[in-house]
Amino acid sequence: MTLSSLGKIFSKKNLPVESSNDVNSIELATQRQLIWRRFKRHRLGFAASIVVVLFYVIVLFADFLSTAPPVDYAAARGYMPPQGIQLFKDGHFLSVCEVSGARNMESYLMEYEADCDNTQGISLFGKGYDYKLWGIIPTNRHILGMKDETVDPNAWIHLFGTDKQGRDVFSRSMHATRVSLTIGLVGVALSIIFGIFVGAISGYHGGMIDSILQRVIEIIRSIPTIPLYMGLSSAFPEDWTINQIYFMITVIISLFAWTDLARVIRGKFLAMKDEDFVTAARLNGAKTMRIVFIHMLPSFYSHIIAQASLSLPLMIVTETSLSFLGLGLRPPAVSYGVLLKDAQNVQSVANMPWLFLPAILVVLVILALNFMGDGIRDAADPYQEV
Amino acid sequence: MVTEKKNINKSRPLLEVRDLQTYFYTADGVVKAVDGVNLDVFPGKTLGIVGESGCGKSITTKSILRLIDNPGKILGGTMNLYDQSHDQSQDILKLNNQELKEVRGGRISMIFQEPMTSFSPIHTVGNQITEAIKLHLNHSKNEAIELAEDWLIRVGMSNPKQRLKQYAFELSGGQRQRAMIAMALCTNPDILIADEPTTALDVTTQAQTLDLLRELQEKNGMSIIMITHDLGVIAELADEVNVMYLGKVIESGTIHQVFKDPKHPYTHALLSSIPSLATGHRERLPILPGTIPHPQARPKGCPFNPRCKDFIEGTCDVEFPKQEKIEEGHLVNCHLYSK
Amino acid sequence: MINFLIRRTVFMFVALWAVTLISFFIINLPEGDYVTAYIAQLQATGSMVDAEEADNLRIFYGLDQPLYIQYFKWMREMVLYQNLGFSFEYNMPVTEVISERLLLTMILAIACIIFIWAIAIPFGIISAVKQYSVWDYLFTFLGFVGLAIPDFMIALIAMYLFFVWFDFSPGGLFSPEYVGVPWSWGRGKDLIDHIWIPMVVLGTAGTASLMRITRANLLDELSKPYVITARAKGLSEWRLIMKYPVRLALNPAISLTAYILPYLISGSIIVGVVLSLPTVGPQLVKALVAQDMFLAGGIILLIGFMTVVGTFISDLLLLWVDPRIRLEAGGS
Repeated sequence: MTLSSLGKIFSKKNLPVESSNDVNSIELATQRQLIWRRFKRHRLGFAASIVVVLFYVIVLFADFLSTAPPVDYAAARGYMPPQGIQLFKDGHFLSVCEVSGARNMESYLMEYEADCDNTQGISLFGKGYDYKLWGIIPTNRHILGMKDETVDPNAWIHLFGTDKQGRDVFSRSMHATRVSLTIGLVGVALSIIFGIFVGAISGYHGGMIDSILQRVIEIIRSIPTIPLYMGLSSAFPEDWTINQIYFMITVIISLFAWTDLARVIRGKFLAMKDEDFVTAARLNGAKTMRIVFIHMLPSFYSHIIAQASLSLPLMIVTETSLSFLGLGLRPPAVSYGVLLKDAQNVQSVANMPWLFLPAILVVLVILALNFMGDGIRDAADPYQEV
Repeated sequence: MVTEKKNINKSRPLLEVRDLQTYFYTADGVVKAVDGVNLDVFPGKTLGIVGESGCGKSITTKSILRLIDNPGKILGGTMNLYDQSHDQSQDILKLNNQELKEVRGGRISMIFQEPMTSFSPIHTVGNQITEAIKLHLNHSKNEAIELAEDWLIRVGMSNPKQRLKQYAFELSGGQRQRAMIAMALCTNPDILIADEPTTALDVTTQAQTLDLLRELQEKNGMSIIMITHDLGVIAELADEVNVMYLGKVIESGTIHQVFKDPKHPYTHALLSSIPSLATGHRERLPILPGTIPHPQARPKGCPFNPRCKDFIEGTCDVEFPKQEKIEEGHLVNCHLYSK
Repeated sequence: MINFLIRRTVFMFVALWAVTLISFFIINLPEGDYVTAYIAQLQATGSMVDAEEADNLRIFYGLDQPLYIQYFKWMREMVLYQNLGFSFEYNMPVTEVISERLLLTMILAIACIIFIWAIAIPFGIISAVKQYSVWDYLFTFLGFVGLAIPDFMIALIAMYLFFVWFDFSPGGLFSPEYVGVPWSWGRGKDLIDHIWIPMVVLGTAGTASLMRITRANLLDELSKPYVITARAKGLSEWRLIMKYPVRLALNPAISLTAYILPYLISGSIIVGVVLSLPTVGPQLVKALVAQDMFLAGGIILLIGFMTVVGTFISDLLLLWVDPRIRLEAGGS
C-alpha cells in the first residue's frame, strides 16, 4: 500500500469539489448512486471490498477449490510441507513434484524429499473427490485435479502442506472460510432483525419503553461477552450434530451483537419520527407498521448496511475465538478457530510454518472486512461525527 | 488599578500595514484572500474595515497577529508596529516566536464574533482571563485575580467574584462578550482588534457592547480595528474606514469622507443598500447585482468589474486601478478617477 | 449532580443484579444438577456414592427446591458470607480457587488501561498536531491494523515471533520460582518483568481505537475559535495545545475507557489461554469443559462485577473532569 492511497482515509471529511460539468449528474443522482460514487472514491475500502468478494467466492466454491476432502487423513503424510506447482515441465502445463516420505526413527517425525525429476501432471478443472456443488449438483470436478486419475500414493497436491494427521491444509482452509464466513453472515442477519425490532420499538415509541430498552442495552454492553458466550456454548449437549452446534453458535453470537445496531436505528428513528414525511404518512392514516417499514426504514438502510458490515468481522472473530478455545465448533467441523487451534503450539508452528497460513487468511479477511465497512460507513454518512 | 490615558503622538500611525499578502493553498488552487492590503491605525482612533463576507477582512486582521493556519500563508508585506515609549518600530512579520507572543495579547488583543466558542468550555472564565494577565503582566496569582475582578467590573458585570468561577456556557450572550472584552483589555493593549464583535448578539446587546467599547476607548486610549459588514456599526464607532473587496482595500478615508462622498462604485452601492427611515420614500432598495465571484475565479483587472455599473471596457477588465488621492486621507482604487 | 450520582448508582446495582441472574442461569445450564456431576467425578476416581448420600447432598445444596429458591440461597450465601459455592475440581470453595487469579486479572486490566493511555494519547496528539505527516500516516495505519486483528491472533503472532527470533516462548506472569508463593517485593518485581507482553498484546486494539478517537477529537478541537483566542492571547503553541484542546480531547478518552473495559476483560480470557497466564481466563475454560459450574459461574459473576464497577468508576471520573456533564447532570 502506498502512502497516497492511505491519504484517502484522511480526506473523507472534505470530499473534493466536483468539476462543474459533473454538477448536473450530482443533482440528479439517487442516494444510492451518490453512496456508490463516494465508496468508489474511498480507495482502501474499495480495494478491500474486492478482497471480500474473493473470499465469498471461496465460500461459494469451497469444494471446487479444494484438492482433497477436508477431513481425509493419512498418518503417513503428516506435516508435509507445501508443494510448489511447476509450470511447463515434462510436457505438462502444470505439475507437482513427486514426494516421498520416511519416518525419522529418532524424532518420529516424517521427513519428506521432493523428487522433481518425476513430476505428476495436473489438469485445470480435473477430476477429484465427489461432492455436491451447493448441496445440489453432484460432481467431481475441481479447479486442480490429477491428470492421471489412478491414485498414486506419492502424488498429491498440497498447496498449503498438511497437518499432523496428514490432512490438506489448503482444502481445510477453503472449508473453514466457508463455515466461518457464513456464520458471520447469518449472525449479522439475525442481529439486524433483533436490532431493527428493538431499535424501532425504542425509537418510535420513546418514553418509558425507550428508557427501559436503553438501560437493558447498556447493561448488556457493560458485561464482557466472551465469558457469556463460553458459558452458553459449553452447555451444548454432547450428542448434538455439527449443524445444531453451528446454528446455536450463530444464535449465541447474535444474541449480544445486536446492541450496536439497535442504538444506531433507535437514534435514527428518534430523529426522524417528527419529520414532515412521517407526520404526513400518519395523517394519511398509515398504520404504524407501514410507517416504520415503508416510510422510515428505507431512508436509512445505508446506515444499517454500514453498521452491519462493521459487525461482520466482529462476529467472525467471536466464532473463531470460541472454536479456538474448544467451546465453539469442534472437530470434525472445520472453521478458522478449529484450524488456528493447530497453530497454537508455537514449537510446531516454528518447525512447520505452513500451519500458520490459515492465520494469514483470517487476518486478511478481517482487515478487508473492516476496511470495507469503514468505506461503506464513510460513503453512507460523510458528515458523521467520528 | 487605574490605567492612565496615554500621552502620545497622535499623528504617527501605531500600526502601519503595507502590501500585506495572505494566500491559501487549497487542493483546488490558490486563493488570494488578502492581496496587497494597506492599513494605518492611529493612536486612540478606531479603524473600521467593512466589506461583504469573503472579502478577506477577517483574514487581514488574523494576519496582523500571524494567526493564519495551514493551508494559509502570509507571503509578504510589512506590518510595522510603533512603540511610543521607546520610539522604535518593529515589523510583526519579522518577529521571532518570543517577541510574537509578547505582541499577541500584550500589545494587540483580539475579540471574536462567537463569544461562546471563543472560551474553552472546560476552563472557568477566571482561569482564562488570569491566564492572559499572567502571560503579559508580572502579576502574582492573587494580583491577577484582583485585576480580573476589577476588569469585570469595568466592563459592567455584576458579581465579579462569582463570574470568575463560572464557565462560559453559564453566562448569557452579552455577559460572555463582556467577559471576552475584559480578557482582551486586561493586559492594556495598544490595539484591540474586534472581529465582528456584535454579529452574534441581539440588537439591544449590540448597542450596549458598542457603547462599552467606546467608553473603554475614551478611558484607556487604545486604538480599535473594527471589522464588520454592518455599516451602522462603522458609522457609530469608526473614525476612519477601509472598504475591502476581494482581498483588496478599494477605498479608504475618514468616516466623513467615505460615507458622505463615496467615490468607488462598490462603496456607493454598499451605502445605498442601507434603508433610510428619515427620507420616507417608499422605494425598493437598490440591489448590488451579482455575487462575490468564486475565490479561484477572480476577474482580471479590477475585481469589481463584472458587477460595476460604471464598467469601462478595455480598462477595468485589464488592469487593477492605481491608488488615487481624492483629498488628504481619502484614497480610492478606481479607473474612474485615474488622472 | 446528586441526582445523577443516585441514578448512576442505581443503574450500577441493577447491572450487578443482572450479572448475578446471568451467572446463575449459566450455572444451571448444563443437564443434570451439580450433585450428579459431583458423583460422576467421585466415581471416576473410584469412590462410590450411594443413593441416600446423593439425596442428602441434594438437600444440603437445596437442589430439591425450585430454581428461584436456589437462586435466593445462592445470593444469600454470596452477600452474607462471600461464598460462591464449591468447586469439585479443586475441592475448595470457589472464592479460594479464584482469588489470586482474579487479582492478577485485575492488575493486568489496569496495566492495560495505563498502557493504552500512555501510548494512544501522545501518539494521537502527534498524529493530530502534525496532521498529514509521515508519523500521522504511520500511526493511523498501525491503528487500523491493530484495531482489526483480533487480540488472540496478536498473541499467537507475538508468541511465534518471540520463539523464532529469541528462541523463547513468552507465557505466564511469573518466573517458575515465584509461582504460587506469597506476595513479596521480588514477586512484584517479577510480575512487572513479565506483565508487559500480555499488556501490549491485550492493549493493542484499545490503543488503536483510543488513538483514532484522540486524533479525531483533537483535530475537531484544534479548529475551534477558543484555540485561536488562546493563541491570540500569546500562549506558546505547546502550552496552548496541552492546556486546551488536549484537555478537551481527553474526555472522550475517559468515556472510551468505560466502553473498552468489557472488551479488555473478554480479550484477557482468550489471551490468557494463548499465553497461559495465571488469570481467570484459562481457569474459566477448564471449569466449563469440566462442567465445574459453580467455579465457572463464580468467575463469570466476578469478572462481570469487575467490569460494571470499573465502568461506574470511569463514569464518575468523567463527571469529575468535564464541567459540561456536571452541569447537565445537575440540571436534569
